[in-house]
Amino acid sequence: MTALLEIRNLKAEIAGKQILNGYDLTVKAGEVHAIMGPNGSGKSTLSYVLSGRPGYNITEGQALLAGADLSQMSVDERAAAGLFLAFQYPLEVPGVATMTFLRAALNAQRKKRGEEEMSSPDLIKRVKEIAKILDMDMEMLRRPVNVGFSGGEKKRAETLQMMLLEPKLCILDETDSGLDIDALKVVSSGVNQLRSKDRGIVVITHYQRLLDYITPDVVHVQSAGRIVRTGGKELALELEETGYANYQSEAA
Amino acid sequence: MNHAPATPTRKLTDAEVRLAEIFAARQSAGGPQLATLRTAAFDAFSKTGLPNRHDEAWRYTDLRALLRDVKPLAAPPEESAAHSMREAAVLPGVASRRIVFVDGYFIAALSDLDNLEKGLSVASLSEALAKGDAATTALLGKVGKVDDPAFALNTAFMGEGVVIRVGADRSIERPIQLVFVAGAQPATYFLRSLVVIEKGARATLIESFEGSTTQQYHVNAATEVVLEEGASLERLKISREGDAAMHVSTFVASLAANARLSDVGLNLGGALLRNQSFVCLKGQEAHAAVRGANILKNKEHADATLFLEHEAERSESRALFKSVLEDSSQAVFQGKILVGPGAQKTDARMMARALLLSEGAQANCKPELEIFADDVQCAHGSTVGALDENLVFYLMARGIGRTEAEALLTEAFIGEVIDPVENRSVREALGALVSDRLRARK
Repeated sequence: MTALLEIRNLKAEIAGKQILNGYDLTVKAGEVHAIMGPNGSGKSTLSYVLSGRPGYNITEGQALLAGADLSQMSVDERAAAGLFLAFQYPLEVPGVATMTFLRAALNAQRKKRGEEEMSSPDLIKRVKEIAKILDMDMEMLRRPVNVGFSGGEKKRAETLQMMLLEPKLCILDETDSGLDIDALKVVSSGVNQLRSKDRGIVVITHYQRLLDYITPDVVHVQSAGRIVRTGGKELALELEETGYANYQSEAA
Repeated sequence: MNHAPATPTRKLTDAEVRLAEIFAARQSAGGPQLATLRTAAFDAFSKTGLPNRHDEAWRYTDLRALLRDVKPLAAPPEESAAHSMREAAVLPGVASRRIVFVDGYFIAALSDLDNLEKGLSVASLSEALAKGDAATTALLGKVGKVDDPAFALNTAFMGEGVVIRVGADRSIERPIQLVFVAGAQPATYFLRSLVVIEKGARATLIESFEGSTTQQYHVNAATEVVLEEGASLERLKISREGDAAMHVSTFVASLAANARLSDVGLNLGGALLRNQSFVCLKGQEAHAAVRGANILKNKEHADATLFLEHEAERSESRALFKSVLEDSSQAVFQGKILVGPGAQKTDARMMARALLLSEGAQANCKPELEIFADDVQCAHGSTVGALDENLVFYLMARGIGRTEAEALLTEAFIGEVIDPVENRSVREALGALVSDRLRARK
């Protein structure tokens, strides 16, 4: 069976500076992987390279989503193919109503996949259901996208988008940053609802705390732009005790 | 606005010579009083000639260089041609009272002047002049102190338009829409309207300009508005002229105490568009909101020149102009706020923003303040920039294609101009026009 995400010897650079340095990672459908590592080890870079952010260039190797070469797809095509990046710092989009944005996103993806568009009443109904799970006030969704939201509200909004779009592969980039414990629990329960045998989830985090709520199947340690160690969920606990000191020295 | 004195030895351009010939040959409508006004206006025009880049107010739109030839005055359109314009400028969802002009001529068959609301009177300009309406002749050209060659030309040649009067304390809910359709002939149209909103009355006025996409035609339009004490007007001007059209318009408004004006101009097409506004807040606590949006492409050029004068205490003005520019299109914003010595506690703000969607596009901004009172709040600013690529990436990362992502973001940018429109159906219709125009981009 084809892996959901297959990264082979991936090298990538930003403005001529190599950040990913021979990255290998395989995520199968149904698995939750955690990628941990010290600051500056290229964790966010990985998420941007996979989602196709301009300026992040693959120089060698491959990243395949369900067998399809991501480097051959535009940013929106990757999203339609099932890749979702939950941003570490979700952007505010003044003047664009949240429902307009959600409708445009969902229906653009459906259209690209040759599926029928979702009607506005169905969309509103679905968004209401998800908002309830995430304990979000519908009033917030009447505002422009993320405008005036607190850090926690933005992460809830990202999770809402993810739950609405039902991607094949979710990449959560430091979703725990800026979250208080209540928001962390709510967001985690949303993510846990997305766990399924058809879906893969990659949780990028600096701290072990998030993994108390989203239990990973596999934990990786990233340093200097590649995976340097892989283990079970107990690896996260070990890191919590020892810190990243061992891995930083290797990076240097 | 200053105009350099004409050099006596300057050779007139072909266009200027042609204008003088047409003026001399013209059958002037409106009786002796109007004939005097026209002659005085043409004399005033002749002193300076067509404005050029040395005239501060026309610095970025050199009409002398741009107006190479003067098209003849339009002949009345064929009945069938006029009839085919039945659907022109229809705004979906807006149940406006339509008054239609084709090639500069009033078309009664396409206009809805039945069952006028109590207190509302509407007449075509020619009709009002033929009747020798003293109130009209007394006001034409005298609503403001406008010393401008394009406006002078309009006064000299004014052909057709409307005279609207809303009686004191009347509130006219149904928007009045003036539809000007041009372009069946290569011609020049001089359109002139006069609107008087009496004390405490209220109305919504829409002026729509449309034309053939291929025909070369020139529009010179002027609207004068008198807002008496406590009167209120929401005015929308939508220009969707043809690709070869030249459109010069002058808006003159005078606001008495507590009067409110909301003026929104939308430029969605035309080779050359010049909108000049002269708004004078004469009475205390008068309020004027003047906004404009340009969505331009190819080599389109739109010039918004605004002159806002505060004459009385505690008057307020808000000006906001936004441009979305593609290809090698060009937008100009010139705004001048003049606060007179008697206008203490004036609160005036002016902002111009441009979004450049391609390297060849250009925005010129020239805001000015001239203040003769010592207790006022005035501010102005301008920005020119590109779309935020981080936002484009964020939208695309959710599956939205680049074109649609850019359209959503530019629509949001223009939204600030349209969102405050009070009449909901009109606001939604304007939003749809903007949306269509943005998505019609290549």
